[in-house]
Amino acid sequence: MTTASREKKRGWLKEEFGNPERRTAYYMVLPALLIILLVAVYPVINSIWLSLHQATITQTGQFVGLENYTEMFQNEDFISGLTNTVIFTVASVFFEFIIGLGIALAINQAFRGRGLVRAAILVPWAFPTVISAAMWRLMFQDQVGVINYVANAIGLISEPILSDRTLLLIGSILVDVWKTTPFMALLLLAGLQTIPADVYEAARVDGANVFQRFFQITMPLLKPTILVAVLFRTMDSYRVYDLFWVMSNRQLESLSTYVYKGVRISQLQFAQGNAAAVFIFFTAFLLALFFIYGLGMQTSTED
Amino acid sequence: MASATATGGSKSNLNVILFYVFLFLFVLVSLFPLLWVFKMSIVTKADLFQSPATTLVAPPISDNYGTIFSNPDFRRALVNSTIIAGVTTVICLFFGAICAYAIARLRFRFKSTVMTTILAISFFPAVAIIAPLFVLFSNVGLINTYWSVIITDVVFALPLTIWILVAFFKELPKDLEEAAKVDGATTVQAFRKVIVPLAAPGVFTTAILTFIFAWNEFLFANTFLFDATTQPVTVAIPNFATVYTVDYGAQSAAAVVVTIPLVILVLLFQRRIVSGLTAGAVKG
Repeated sequence: MTTASREKKRGWLKEEFGNPERRTAYYMVLPALLIILLVAVYPVINSIWLSLHQATITQTGQFVGLENYTEMFQNEDFISGLTNTVIFTVASVFFEFIIGLGIALAINQAFRGRGLVRAAILVPWAFPTVISAAMWRLMFQDQVGVINYVANAIGLISEPILSDRTLLLIGSILVDVWKTTPFMALLLLAGLQTIPADVYEAARVDGANVFQRFFQITMPLLKPTILVAVLFRTMDSYRVYDLFWVMSNRQLESLSTYVYKGVRISQLQFAQGNAAAVFIFFTAFLLALFFIYGLGMQTSTED
Repeated sequence: MASATATGGSKSNLNVILFYVFLFLFVLVSLFPLLWVFKMSIVTKADLFQSPATTLVAPPISDNYGTIFSNPDFRRALVNSTIIAGVTTVICLFFGAICAYAIARLRFRFKSTVMTTILAISFFPAVAIIAPLFVLFSNVGLINTYWSVIITDVVFALPLTIWILVAFFKELPKDLEEAAKVDGATTVQAFRKVIVPLAAPGVFTTAILTFIFAWNEFLFANTFLFDATTQPVTVAIPNFATVYTVDYGAQSAAAVVVTIPLVILVLLFQRRIVSGLTAGAVKG
């Protein structure tokens, strides 16, 4: 490092920490940041370390390199967890986005009963996921379940929903769409409301039809909101745990349930559970990077 | 756009009717599970198992509510949930408000790094850290205590708290604080005497959202607590499926009881909740 750049470096350090207002700012940010880093980041590093060893819950064990990972990819439960998670994420986010956008467009206007609609939107969102899963499980149940009864009566299903894994996966997607589509609609609606009405007026005067206005105005102007909403939902679906756990009564595997079983249930798979945890962490990280850099999402909060 | 179909003088009544039919269906689908499970909780066993299901309730009964409230584990779980969510909310608001104020109001170099880190944590798959935390909490004797869940809940609720508070703090008029500073107040005094009272509505909204988040949390509670003395309702209720194996009425009643506080919060504060939820996601 040259003297000049060292001078410069010392210059900003002095500027940052010599200035009382800035120093106060750091003092104010630090506690929250430290809590987050200590409890979230240290365990990730520890997880990576454990995943490279023949670890058990009480000791780190022998270094085995990537063996846990190769074994994990040969494990049937892991593969079915991965497949289910990917199908679940793609399908639920897709339907939530399409239906949510439709609802947002429809209610983007002043009408009587807005309060009621807003409450109806928030009720499924506010439910604990495990409780909505338990409620839907009751409705899917083969003795008292209304949905199982109706689906059976119209010939949609030939066996009880809760005893078939494919039907359980479809059911889980349905519950997730029910629970979070309103939330998606809410975010998209807030985005729609920031588009000024005169833009549409001008386009109409210029003779643009409904489709042109939608694809040339609404979609481009809504893109930042869409990216935020879809990213949030994707990351959320990707770590699905409670819904599968309760809906299927532990039958349906996801990446997260696989990790959980390794950590809490089958102690023999502790090391593989850690490998799966690291796998989830890195793939989720890559997904987020794809949204931010690949699709040009803005993360800056500066005005 | 759709906004042109139902408003405006020249539009036909048919469109208006279709619009309300759509709204009605939407509200019905959203509320249906709650209504149906509520119905299941107030009918007799004979009615419950009737096929096809009855839609109308002949004299509602409260037996199922009696069953679950006489279960000490269920009462305990309600208390546990309240303690865990309450303490989490208080801690999050304390650290979150301080941090958010600095981000919204003060100038410093690493602001966007801090915000990116916080955002990254809200995308973080929580399941990725349960194994090391389980080992750590076992070693220090935190397993089966409220603190194990409160600590982890705080970490995952803090990003949400900070994000929403930053949006609220940014909207507050800057002049008042500057006036306070001209009068000789320090940054901390300006924060406590001027910002906190002004920001009370925003802080309150954030508190509701943080509380709901912590009340609904399941993964950490299911990992670190395995004793009914500390388990919250989210862990206790799915277990009812094994306790009341075929007592679907009791299971329904339990689900209804747990969601009622949330439904009341939502009905009372819907406007605020919506503004809080959308504050971080949409830049106006």
